[in-house]
Amino acid sequence: MERKTKINAENGRQDLVITREFELPLDLLFRAYVEPEIVEQWMNTKVVKLESKPHGAWAFETSDQQGNVILRMNGVIHEFVPEQKITRTFQMENTPYPVQLEFLVFESLTAETSKVTMQIVYKSPEDREAALKLPFAAGINMAHNRLEQVVKQLI
Amino acid sequence: MNLRRDVFQAIADPTRRAILLLLASQSLTAGAIASNFDTARPTVSKHLAILTECELLKQEQTGREIYYHLNPNKMKEIADFIEPFRQMWDDRFNKLESIMKNYQSKK
Repeated sequence: MERKTKINAENGRQDLVITREFELPLDLLFRAYVEPEIVEQWMNTKVVKLESKPHGAWAFETSDQQGNVILRMNGVIHEFVPEQKITRTFQMENTPYPVQLEFLVFESLTAETSKVTMQIVYKSPEDREAALKLPFAAGINMAHNRLEQVVKQLI
Repeated sequence: MNLRRDVFQAIADPTRRAILLLLASQSLTAGAIASNFDTARPTVSKHLAILTECELLKQEQTGREIYYHLNPNKMKEIADFIEPFRQMWDDRFNKLESIMKNYQSKK
C-alpha cells in the first residue's frame, strides 16, 4: 500500500514538511482542524481552548487511563484563513523542548479530495532531531498493555 | 538502548555529519579526512573514534593504511527513526479521514 503521509526531513535542517492527501472535500478537512469535538477525536487529546482566529490561543491536555494529565500543549494562532491556511506556534508545557512554528496549508485537489501541507520549524537542527525521536522513545518506554490500548483506540 | 542514543548524539555534531557526508562516496584514511577540515588533527581523530565506536564507520586495513568507510546498515537505522514519527501522523490522519467521512460536505 502506498504511504499516504509523507515526511520530508532533509539532513542538517531545522524544519521538516509533512504532507497528506485525503479522500475528503476541502471543507471537511478544514473542519477537522477547527471544531474542538472533532480535533479531540483524531488528536486523541482534550481541547481546553481553541480560538481559531488571528491572535487566538489554543491549549490541549492529554491524560492517561486514570485521568492524570500527562501532557499540556499550547500555542498561539498567528494566521487563520478558512480552508487555506493556519499559522501557529506549538509548545509542550514543562518540557525542555523549545516552541516550534507550524505553517499549515490546505488545498483542494478535486471536489472529493484535498491535501494538507504542514511545515514545522524547530529552534535548531538538534531540536528537530530530539522532537522526531519523541514517538520513537515513547514507543520503547511505553508499557506493553498501554501500547495495546493506544493501538485499539486507533483502530 | 544506550547504543542507539549514542548514534543520535554522534550525528548531532556538525563536524561528524560532515565526515559522514565526505565518506558517503569514498573510503578515506584518517589523514585524508582531516585534510578536509580546519579542525586540529587530534579533534578529527576523536570524531572518528566516536563514529567508529557507535558503528557508523568501519575501519579496514589496506597495507599499512587504515581506511574508514560508512556502515550502511547503521545509517539505515538512523533513517528508520523518522518512521515512528511518520506513523504517528499517519495514524492521526487516518483517524481524521474516517471521522470526517461521517460528515456531509456543505458544498
